Amino acid sequence: MQDELFREMKQAIIDGDPDHARKLGLKAIAQGIPPLDAIHHGFVPGLNVVGQQFEAGEMFLPDLVLAGEAMKAATSALEPEIQKAGATRESLGKVVLGTVKGDIHEIGKTLVGTMLAANGFEVFDLGVDVPFESFALKAKELNADLIGVSALLTTTMTGQKDVVEALKRHGLRPRVKVIVGGAPITQSWADEIGADGYGKDAFASVALAKSLLKKQGELPVR
Amino acid sequence: MQPNLRLLDAELLERILSEAFALIFQRGVTVQSPEASDLLASAGARVEDGVAHIPESLARMSIESVPREFQLHNRAGEPVVKYGGDNVQFDPGSSCVHILDPETLEHRLSQSADLVRLVQVAEMLPQYAAQSTAVVCNDAAKDIGDLYRLFLVLWYSNKPIVTGAFSPFSAPAMIDLLVADSGSPAAFRQKPRAIFDVCPSPPLHMSEFAAQNLIDLARAWVPAEIVAMPLSGAAAPVTLAGTVVQHAAECISAITIHQLAQPGAPVVWGGAPAIFDMRSGITPMGAVETVMLNMASAQVAKSFGLPTHGYLIGSDAKCLDAQAGQESGVAAILGALGGINMISGAGMLDSLACHSAEKLVLDAESIAMAQRLLQAIQPRTESLALEMFAKAGAQGDFLKIPETRKYFRMEQHFPSKVIDRGSLHSWEQAGARNAFARARDRVQELLAAYKRPAISPQVENDLRALVTKHAKRAGMAHLPGI
Repeated sequence: MQDELFREMKQAIIDGDPDHARKLGLKAIAQGIPPLDAIHHGFVPGLNVVGQQFEAGEMFLPDLVLAGEAMKAATSALEPEIQKAGATRESLGKVVLGTVKGDIHEIGKTLVGTMLAANGFEVFDLGVDVPFESFALKAKELNADLIGVSALLTTTMTGQKDVVEALKRHGLRPRVKVIVGGAPITQSWADEIGADGYGKDAFASVALAKSLLKKQGELPVR
Repeated sequence: MQPNLRLLDAELLERILSEAFALIFQRGVTVQSPEASDLLASAGARVEDGVAHIPESLARMSIESVPREFQLHNRAGEPVVKYGGDNVQFDPGSSCVHILDPETLEHRLSQSADLVRLVQVAEMLPQYAAQSTAVVCNDAAKDIGDLYRLFLVLWYSNKPIVTGAFSPFSAPAMIDLLVADSGSPAAFRQKPRAIFDVCPSPPLHMSEFAAQNLIDLARAWVPAEIVAMPLSGAAAPVTLAGTVVQHAAECISAITIHQLAQPGAPVVWGGAPAIFDMRSGITPMGAVETVMLNMASAQVAKSFGLPTHGYLIGSDAKCLDAQAGQESGVAAILGALGGINMISGAGMLDSLACHSAEKLVLDAESIAMAQRLLQAIQPRTESLALEMFAKAGAQGDFLKIPETRKYFRMEQHFPSKVIDRGSLHSWEQAGARNAFARARDRVQELLAAYKRPAISPQVENDLRALVTKHAKRAGMAHLPGI
């Protein structure tokens, strides 16, 4: 019974069906299934399939976006039950995200946010056209672990460097990690501006965030 | 007859226009500039919560007041770029941040010296009717980046310039510089040398900066080029027809703001519409659908008789390989057949990120082919063939007859040495070099032959003094690139 429901949950994510995912979340609650079990054994495996198929070139960005939307619908259906039980979904870290000042492209950044949240990060999305300082101020306020800076234009990508500089001025480097992304961005650009990494797509960004925060956890100072 | 290729039939074109007008009225356009909102509101648009709902009658009236043609001038004041009709002209792509190092093949951050090299190469190639402010100069202060790029192009070129202001500070200083270059405000206004790109943000959003820029350019009578860039499936409907609707809506709303600020000021229906690659998330400039969007958008503009612009010939390849040649060559031919007045994008690699002088040289060959194609097949002789057959005799020795000598230069385009048509033996003798290697040689030849334009000492002093003032304020100790 439970296995059948988990299979359906996985499929709802693969199908990118937010309505169905929400209903399955509520069904799990009605059946008394622990909400964290529903997330980890039901929905997350679906997300993993989408990630693998994207990597293999069999799924595309619209599949990813809708899988993320379905995941969001599922977790928001389960969230009240998680809180009622006094449990918390383990946070992999706090992430502040935004598209840099002068640039109002949000697709890539939002997708990364969705995937990070779906994978268990706490995501604070500052939106688009975000002033350089705001990244630093928000990171300070939240005691964030990671900043994600998106830029889609060749004319705004230099703003990513300004964000790194702003974080330095606020004494947040190297503790707070910085990852950059966007169409014109490359690993060498990330290296050049002193960022900690470049996420070529949403899944790569999740993997990068996980590895950076894991490494950071091993630092004795923390 | 100039050959052409139109992708929209009359019925589809009509539906596109009808939905574009519906879109700007019903859904409306986000306009962040208070001045632009006021202009629209006082002309009869309903502005609510920052969204302007523009009636079709107002939009059509604005389209009506746009000049159907205008010209850009070279340093000598000759009208060498003609916007309007089915004129087709080309300029290099703009605002790359990387340059392809021809020796190491590295994509490195571009510097002033790289822009100078690109300008010098483009200056020597007649295929480019205009220059562009091609790359970001990373060794100049960012605050004056737009101004500094324009300065270097003026310093090294006689050609008209496609440029743009990408920060609120830039436009007034750039206009000052162009006035200095023209010698007087009157000369600048009568014989404009530069056109400024203005970019609406997809979907249907005019940032405060873009809208204000349109107003300022219109009032100064500086030609403006709307570069609308819907991205099919991401920042625009996934269908090409839906994207063309959005592109039209963005151009029409920008034109409305522009013409309300100054009726009759020159403006171009242009853009960089592209699909969105569903695998990589980039905007593939070499995709055939991207080319189709540019052609269709120009066709929509032509239905009003407006001047047109498109963004083509850039490639998604990372080096000068077969992909670069294929994508850029196809786009040059199709863009020309679309009758697009100004086609920007030559020289670009890696979508829109990287520029290359060697690619400018290679693309010039594709452009030359496109230009030859537009010359069409002409009936040059009274009898098309009979008379020449009579002269060539029984052996058919056409090489000997005077018509061959008289017409072969008109009939055939002669590519530069970048294109190899020699024998296998001669190719081997010359070192079996591929097109990229030959393009590198050609760049060196062009640079060696390049001569800086003769600029009057007065103009030169004025240009230098203006830029020095801004450069000092921005903390620059010297002017790189000159």
